[in-house]
Amino acid sequence: MPCESWREKLDAYADGELPVAEANALAAHLPQCADCASQVLRRVQMKRSVAMAGKRYEPSAEFRQKMMATMSKPSRRSGAWIWRIIALPAALVLIVSLGVNFYVSREKSRRERVFSELADLHISALASSQPVDVISTDRHTVKPWFEGKIPFSFNLPELQGTDFALVGGRVAYLGQTPGAHLVYRIRKHELSVFIFPDRAGETSGLTSSPISVVSFTEESWTKSGLQYFVIGDVGAGDIESLSKLLRDAS
Amino acid sequence: MEVPDQPLPARTFEDLALPLFDQLYNFARWLTQDTSEAEDLVQETYAKALRGFGSFQLGTNFRAWMFRILRNSYLTSRTGLKAKVPLDEEEVDVASPDPSPEALLVEQANREIVRDALTQLPVPFREILLLCEVEEMSYEEIAQVLAVPMGTVMSRLYRARKAMRTLLMQKFKGASDAV
Repeated sequence: MPCESWREKLDAYADGELPVAEANALAAHLPQCADCASQVLRRVQMKRSVAMAGKRYEPSAEFRQKMMATMSKPSRRSGAWIWRIIALPAALVLIVSLGVNFYVSREKSRRERVFSELADLHISALASSQPVDVISTDRHTVKPWFEGKIPFSFNLPELQGTDFALVGGRVAYLGQTPGAHLVYRIRKHELSVFIFPDRAGETSGLTSSPISVVSFTEESWTKSGLQYFVIGDVGAGDIESLSKLLRDAS
Repeated sequence: MEVPDQPLPARTFEDLALPLFDQLYNFARWLTQDTSEAEDLVQETYAKALRGFGSFQLGTNFRAWMFRILRNSYLTSRTGLKAKVPLDEEEVDVASPDPSPEALLVEQANREIVRDALTQLPVPFREILLLCEVEEMSYEEIAQVLAVPMGTVMSRLYRARKAMRTLLMQKFKGASDAV
């Protein structure tokens, strides 16, 4: 290729913007052409000079500090903002519901207290930067992860052919009792499944078909000495289907 | 083994934006030529970006997006309104003045001269050189920052470099005349 046709490509070459094939061809041409070579050299020198001259200003320590302070204040995770928006009204309703609890029967208040607590766990997990500690859609990964972390084991259902997907799990505490907190997803909604040992205590004997507690729907049952809770901001139908899958697996 | 069917937890705005702080400040300071204006500009950029982060598509070029916000904020500011693109965008003039100023650029000694020249360049030329040489952005990234087609990036870059060389020639000439 004659020199003239290279001339207009020297800028792109020096900027590393020439397609590989062309760049290689030009690189082969340069050792044979002092003129083109010096042109490229000029461009590279200019680029370097401007780059060095251009790295000139640094923010003052005060300004840096000021910016870092404002940056670290708001919620850490972008995703968490969304959850804040969702969680805030939900939390407000929870507070109201706790107030209402004074007027309902003791048994009901106990149940709501537990469910409120679970709702809190559900919200705070989803609002946190790391909703789950083991992230996996594979129940065979999630289940063994709990071994040694909680004082019981459980079975998780096969989800193939359903709309549900496993997101992951973490250890949760209800009262002082450790249990499993599993997060499932259906149509962009997250559901929490809590499994605690059914000991005498706060959760003992709490069963219910799907009930709506504030903005959440919950279902709970006891099986093989374990207490299951399913909670989420989805309809009773979805809660029921997930509950059925879990019952059949356990 | 693990096949999460969801994207990994979204990277935070801070994770993405904080590493750009020094670069953005340098760029802002070059544009405004003033420390407190540069600080205001950077602050405004972060505030705007934070608000708009929800609409930012992860996977697209975050750096170009931030620089674009900064530049747009600058252009709508009082000093920025004067920063018009010099005319004759179409002009193509391959001939360049010789002898070359590049040959005279002994790096350390002449850095101040290059800085002066950069300061004197019209903003559109100054900013495109900064994006290309200092930020080492690709033509495509620059096109995103400036919101112009790639062809305009190339022609403006060409003109910016030519203007830079002309300025440097004058300075070197002035320097040697003074001796």
